[in-house]
Parts: sequence; structure tokens; C-alpha cells
Amino acid sequence: MPGKIKTITDPKLRLEVLTPEEVKQIHEATLQIIEKIGVRFPSKRALEIWHAHGAEVDFNKMIVRAKPDLIEKALKSAPPAFVLGARDPQQNCQMDGNHVYLGTDGCGVEIIDLNSGQRRTTCLQDVVDIVRVADATEEIGFHWIAVSAQDKPVVSRGLHEIKAAWENSTKHVQTESIYNEVEARAAIEMASCVVGGLEELRRRPVLSLMQCTAPPLGHDGGSLDAALVAAEYGIPTGFMTMASCLTTGPATMAGTLAVGNAEVISGTALLQLAYPGAPVFYAAAQTASDLRNGSYTGGGPEDFLFGAATNLLADFYHIPLSMGSFATGAKEPNWQAGLENSLSTFMASAVMSDMLLGAGFLHGSRIWSYAEMLMDCEIFSIVHKMMQGIVVNAETLALETIANVGPGGNYLAQKHTQKHMREVFLPKFMDRRPYNEWEEKKDNAADWALQKAKKILASHQPEPLDRHISAELNRIITREES
Amino acid sequence: MTPDLFQAMAQSIIDGDTDAAVELAHQAIAQGIDPLVAITNGYVIGVNQVGEAFSTGDAFLPELVMAGEAMKAAVATLEPEMARLGTKREVLGKIVLATVEGDIHEIGKSLVGTMFSASGFQVYDLGVDVPAARILAKIRSENADLVGLSALLTTTMVKQKEVIEALIREGLRDKVKVMVGGAPVTREWVQRIVADGYSEDAIGAVGVAKQLLSK
Repeated sequence: MPGKIKTITDPKLRLEVLTPEEVKQIHEATLQIIEKIGVRFPSKRALEIWHAHGAEVDFNKMIVRAKPDLIEKALKSAPPAFVLGARDPQQNCQMDGNHVYLGTDGCGVEIIDLNSGQRRTTCLQDVVDIVRVADATEEIGFHWIAVSAQDKPVVSRGLHEIKAAWENSTKHVQTESIYNEVEARAAIEMASCVVGGLEELRRRPVLSLMQCTAPPLGHDGGSLDAALVAAEYGIPTGFMTMASCLTTGPATMAGTLAVGNAEVISGTALLQLAYPGAPVFYAAAQTASDLRNGSYTGGGPEDFLFGAATNLLADFYHIPLSMGSFATGAKEPNWQAGLENSLSTFMASAVMSDMLLGAGFLHGSRIWSYAEMLMDCEIFSIVHKMMQGIVVNAETLALETIANVGPGGNYLAQKHTQKHMREVFLPKFMDRRPYNEWEEKKDNAADWALQKAKKILASHQPEPLDRHISAELNRIITREES
Repeated sequence: MTPDLFQAMAQSIIDGDTDAAVELAHQAIAQGIDPLVAITNGYVIGVNQVGEAFSTGDAFLPELVMAGEAMKAAVATLEPEMARLGTKREVLGKIVLATVEGDIHEIGKSLVGTMFSASGFQVYDLGVDVPAARILAKIRSENADLVGLSALLTTTMVKQKEVIEALIREGLRDKVKVMVGGAPVTREWVQRIVADGYSEDAIGAVGVAKQLLSK
């Protein structure tokens, strides 16, 4: 039986942290940045594409300056809706502006070992295990490769990771660890094997790529080349800005939004110039650097506001958004983690960011924790429930039932209650026990979440990938390694 | 007039005002003030004040960086005069900095460089995407005491190890301390590649470098 995916849709809540006029001001500032200051594109192919389309290109400094109409025209060919394909088509994610999906967070380097409880370096088996746990949850809609397979060679690491994801889950796979042309071609060949051909891959892309920008106002050469290959084959691709107030962006939030926006839309425009109509998304995880040590914070009021502002920009360009939420800076699942992950996820969801990245990390996306992952899933479920708002109609006003009960009495045994009680949110990890029971056990949400992860790993059997396809994926990886 | 000039120098650092710091350095040269005295009685007083304010939580990182930049500019302005007089500013040590080959991430490394030079180290920043051979050549030519290697990606972090291996091969490992940095760098990684130290932020890096070079 295919696993159902939980997605936020048809929301009743609305949030507008920027007026349409303010969005336009940020857009105009962005165009001015791209035209006058320029953006760095350290890729020969990218520079030539810009040059061929009439942009001002400094081939030595690798800086591109483009007129507003070139950018605006290019962005118009980006499709406003597409799907992130899954091995099981019922788990496809709809990038249409009316769905919010949660993914696992990605690119971590350490993990709290599920059995020993000790922190250690990540390996391929961790990728496998995380994907299997995620496959079993209804909250995780797609996989972002969560941790780095550091026991695999650098040349094929990203390929081992996506293979592990397809072999252990039927959900969509997104990665940020494919960042040169050679890897991108191999990854697309693998994705094509999984769905049975390049044409089918275009219809049902079971892989999407995320490329980090090189802030401020720059891109990475290998990432650009990989993104161009992906665009050629209809693999959804997004450029992610992590512009941070004080370090890679101005201290002010509007300025940081503009800098990040210039990075993302210039990269997106490049893909559209090369392959008009290629599926692209906007990706962002802006923050404010810590005032004292300059570090990436992974939370705080600026993060929450960026989370609510960015989809207004992505909507302005009619492209889907992958928004950084969760990813607390806390070192263990605690008050800070709950606070940061709840508010960031609420703000990003309230504006219907298409993808949320993502569940599972501590210490600013560095240390994977299964307990945090499943508690993050619960936060998503709570926000999912909140986004449905309050429905008001004759049935929900329940006047007849209110009359039945009258003053005094209670509603527990009413038919109306029986009919609607399952709409009431039932938490998995909140402690609502009597005080005495807690006092005896002194256990908490993190303990229960950990138990659940262990149980899933011991019992969940994902729908296996055809062994012939697996063999073919192996062949491609071996070829790339030789 | 001189105490006023020294005070203005200190203030230019506290304000992070590079233009003022440079202008005051020119004035000092014109008045025949020994550059070393100008540094010690003027600029360094400012650096120390900003450092103290930072450690008590009254100043923030941008102020520290601006003070560092102003200090660097002032010293650079005074350098030709020092060379003419045949004097030299005493440095805490010579540090070669680089982001390793294949990695273009610059900010963290540059921030560490600013903190090092503001704290009295001589810094040779080789930039980003630097092959091991170039790093080794610079260590040799400057007779560096310490090398700082930055990497942001797990795929380029391995280059930190390769530089250390090259240092061993070339017989330089005993002559130079190795610090590594970058988001994926952990204590375990430092132990595994047998580096000498690391820090999770730029301020901490200064303390680690001082400790390593005092041994």
C-alpha cells in the first residue's frame, strides 16, 4: 500500500509581511544590482550564454551585468507549476503554489548514533537509514539527501547517496551534492534508469537538484554547469541563497533579501535563457549572522521573517519556493529547538512555501538527530492543522448538538462528537500524562521519538527498487569511479 | 600636540575609521614620530579597547572587523617609513592562510585573517581554491610559523589532510603549526588528520593560534 503524504493545501490562514508595493521595491532594487553591480558567473558556458543574449560580460572577472528586460523576459518562460516525481506516482509532489511539503534537511556531516547516542561522522549507511525512516512517515513528502556519505570517494559520493535514496524509498529525491557537469550527467542517467527513459524522466523527474549560490552576488562554476545539464533534461533545479545579514548581506533585512534575490533570479534567468521552460524553483535560507561571532544562526526572528517574505518574492516570479525552515541552532532537542523550528515552519507555511527544508538537524544543519527529525514531523503536523483554520458552517456550529446537551452535561457521548472527534489533533510526542506518571518515568518527547525511529528501522520495509535497475545504477557508479 | 595625535589614532581604530587612521599615520610621518611609537602609543591602545569592549559584550563583530581593517591600513601606511628607518614591527608570528583547492568559500577565512592581523600576526592570505603546492611554497618562502586551511565542503575538507601529508613529505611538518577551519570541521576531524588546532569561529582562532605559537 502506498504511503500517504501529508501536505498543507487550501489554507485558511494568510500572512502578508510585505505589501505588493514593497515586493516591487525589492524586485527593482534586485534588477538594479544585476544591471549596475553585476553577479559573478565563474563558468565559461554560463558567460557565453549571457554574452549570446546581449548581457554585458566581463570574461576576465567573470562578472555579468544584464539589463532588466533581459532578466524579466527570461523569467517569464519559467513554468509556474510542475511536479517533483516519485517512484510511486501517488507520492508525486505538486509544485503548484497550493501545496506545502516537508523534506528532510540536508548535507549534514555528523549524526547522533541511534544506538550508542554518541555523535560521530556520517556514512552511506546513515543515508540509507534516514531515508527508510523518512519513507515510513507521512509528514516527510520528499527526501533531501540528509547527510554526507563520507565513507565513499569524493567523485561518486553524491551518486551513492541518490542511489541509496531510490533503493530505500518511493518518494522524490532532491540533492545538493551534485555540483559539477560530470556528476550531473551520471545522476541524470541514473534517474532515467529508475523511471525507464529520458522522456519519462521529463514527465516524472524523480530527481531534483539544489545548487548553492556563492554569496554575496556570486555563483559556483561547477554548480552552474551542473544546473545547466539538469535544465537540459527537465530536472527541476533551484538556486539557494543563504544570504546572511552582517556577513554575506547588509545588516538590514530588505538589503539582504535583495542581494539573495539577485543571486537566485540571475541564476534562474540563465537556465531559462539556455532552456526556456525548464522547471526551476527558488530556494532560500537567509538568516542574520550572530552579532558576536558571525556564525550562521539557524534561527531567530530574522529567520522567521525571511521565511514569510521569500515566498512573496517567489510568487512574484511565479516559481515555486524551497524555504529553509527548522534547522535549529540548538545543540540538542530542547526549548530553543522547539521554539525556532515551530516559528520558522509556521511563518514559511503561512505563505505557502512549496517545500520546507527540513526536518532532523541540530547545530544549524550540521548534526543529524532521529529524535529531532520525528519531533520536527510533529511540528509540521501541528502547523498543518493550524493552516486549516476554523471552519464555520451549520455543521460545525453544531446548534442541534448544543441543544441536545443543554446547560450542564457534556459532549462526550454525542453523535456529532463521534463524527468530528478525529479532526481534533492528537499529538505523538507531547506530554499530557498525569504528573505522577511522569514523575515515575522522567522520560520525554525525545525518548519517545527515538523509540519510534528504532521501531521504524526494525520493522519498515520500503518498496524495493527492481534489482535490475539497482544493478544498472551500480554499473554507472563503478564506471564513474574508474 | 603628540598625546592628542595618539589619542586620535586610538579613536580612529575604535571608530573603525580607516580614512582617519591613514591620515593620522601620514601626519605622524610628517611630524617625524617614530612609527613604532605611533603604533604602540596610538593605534594599539584603540585595538585593545575594542577587544576589551568585545569581550565584555559591549562591542560586536562588525566593530572588531572595522577596527582590524583600520589598524591594517594604518600599519601599511607606516611601513615604508619603518623600512626607511630600518625598524620593524614585532609580530606574534607569520601565518599563511588559504581556502583549499576546489573550494571557493572565502568569508570565514578572510574574517580569521582580519582577526589574526589585528591581533599582531603577519598574515599572508593566498585566497581561495589554492593548490597544496602553492601553500607549501609560501610557507617556505616566508618561513611561516603557522598555516590556516579553510574548507566548507565535506568533499574539499579532504584537501586539508592532503596539505598535511604534503607537509610531512616535504619535511616541513615540524616547522609549521596547522590550523583547520570551516563549518564541517570537528574536533574528531582535527584528530584524524593530526592537525594542531581548530576553532569554530574567528575570535576563537586567535586564542588557539597564540597558544600554539607560545609552545
